[in-house]
Amino acid sequence: MKFLAGRILHSLFLLAGVSLLCFLFAALAPGDYFAELRMDPTVSNQTIAGLRARAGMDRPFLARYGAWAASALRGEFGYSLAYGAPAGPIVGERIGATLLLTGTATLLAWLLAVPWGVWSAARRGAWLDGISRAILALLLAVPDLLLAIVFLALAVETGSFPAGGMVSRDFSSLGAAAKLRDAAWHMALPVAVLVLGMFPVLARHVRASVAEALDSPFVLSARANGIGERRLLFRHALPAALNPLISLFGISVGTLLSASLLVEVVMGWPGLGPLFLEAIMARDFAIVLAVVMLSTVFLIAGNLLADLLLYRADPRIRVRS
Amino acid sequence: MAVALLVALHAAILLAGVLAPYPYAEQHRDFPYAPPTGIHFAGLRPFADAGHRYPVRFFVRGRLFGVDPPGVLFLCGSDGLGRDVFSRLLYGGQVSLFTGLLATVVSLSLALVLGAGAGFFGGWTDRILMRSGELTMAVPWLYLLLGVRAFLPLHIGTGEAFLLLIAIIGGIGWARPARLVRGVALSGREEPFVLAARGFGGSSFYLLRRHVMPLAWPVLVTQATILAPQYVMAEVTLSFLGLGIGEPVPSWGNMLAEARQYYAIVSHPWLLAPGLAVIPFLLVYLRIADGLLQKRR
Repeated sequence: MKFLAGRILHSLFLLAGVSLLCFLFAALAPGDYFAELRMDPTVSNQTIAGLRARAGMDRPFLARYGAWAASALRGEFGYSLAYGAPAGPIVGERIGATLLLTGTATLLAWLLAVPWGVWSAARRGAWLDGISRAILALLLAVPDLLLAIVFLALAVETGSFPAGGMVSRDFSSLGAAAKLRDAAWHMALPVAVLVLGMFPVLARHVRASVAEALDSPFVLSARANGIGERRLLFRHALPAALNPLISLFGISVGTLLSASLLVEVVMGWPGLGPLFLEAIMARDFAIVLAVVMLSTVFLIAGNLLADLLLYRADPRIRVRS
Repeated sequence: MAVALLVALHAAILLAGVLAPYPYAEQHRDFPYAPPTGIHFAGLRPFADAGHRYPVRFFVRGRLFGVDPPGVLFLCGSDGLGRDVFSRLLYGGQVSLFTGLLATVVSLSLALVLGAGAGFFGGWTDRILMRSGELTMAVPWLYLLLGVRAFLPLHIGTGEAFLLLIAIIGGIGWARPARLVRGVALSGREEPFVLAARGFGGSSFYLLRRHVMPLAWPVLVTQATILAPQYVMAEVTLSFLGLGIGEPVPSWGNMLAEARQYYAIVSHPWLLAPGLAVIPFLLVYLRIADGLLQKRR
């Protein structure tokens, strides 16, 4: 329990630090949302000063940070000037779409990677393992960006998949089953790109850690006791190889909000990615900060989850702390 | 083998001025979206075939090969403005690779100084440095990259953008390697030869520079092979999103941005060339990093 409290406290400090740092950076940034307005000769400096005052931009740094932190705690994350509304709900609307995409992809990637990695670790040195490693290396070297563009082009070329978007135009008029099918159909390509991006990383880690476990003496003794190969792999080697995989799982969960940015932008998925990019272009710092903070919360929470799982899975950690 | 290939690939990019048949901004207005030029051989002599046959000449106009106008030679086709994609690929590689590599140097220099300092001096220095490192690692990498970029001016010249990208990409990635260097320094300061040098009256700064930092070399080399491809991709990503190097100077990222209009690549698939060009680089770096990690184990 003390371990848990310590970890949570540490995470909160980290979060506060990141928020302060981000806010400081935003405050130091040259140019703001009104930069474009300033170029307009018909708008006087007084008007802009008035607008800035109304947005609270002329107050001292700490007061602004305090106000922002309070609104972040309320879930508002400041006021988006481009949308004329609190940033939190705007970002919140997009989170669902992103999580749907990355959640599915992460799940699929893990379901593929674990058997693949274990299987390939069991055949270390064999030519099949060599082929599998070559495939993984190649997949790792193909940029997500390229995959997304190629898949999109294929979708347009063949016409069998929709090119971008999350649902068809007539979505609201469809029945429940048709709605599900429509959404799945739109998800297929972005998810495929994400899985192809995540899977090689995961499979390589699974393979490495299982291979290491297979080298240990207890596996040799289990084998000598006549335990079957499959049971040996999944009941003896895999649990022993779990620690690095749990950490990796934590990162997987932690990057749920951030993994799909590029894919979303290229494939026109209405998630956080396009919103973030538009906010950057418009210099709408409230949205930028909200997205960065939320993705940070996720990453920290993912790491925390990994720590807790490790605590459960590995008695050695319990003894040490 | 992999190292030789790596050197060869980088040399090809470095020699873009000689290897590329055209300057990167030269437009051939009669040839927008021209497909790759066919090369035929008459005996041993190659011809560029675009309706009419033009002999490929070697060592012309200070370049390795080319054809005399009005003939054109587009090994990877041309883009919408009639610029040779192959030439732009080589010149763009200079931008993308040098951004990535210089950012790696920046990152690792920071990691070396900060990490070794933290490990060697310990105490408050250590705590402050490592906590601030944790802060940068708590934000997802791509969001941190874009976030930092967001707070800096958007419309800037190419030279400034180049330096800015190096500073951003290099500046935010120091924490992870710094941690490793710190570990090395932590054990290094207890080494007998360091203690001996201290006994002879070596100052902390001298010990750090002469005895502790060299211990971190293997870590730095391994980290460089891991970071360099990641940073090259960071440049490609930023330029692709319009936050990096701008036209007319090519980079693999802003070249790929042209392929983003899917109707463009369906009919002009050669615009994907910059994306494909990244693959051999990433593969070779991956291979070397794997080898180094295995050797250290």
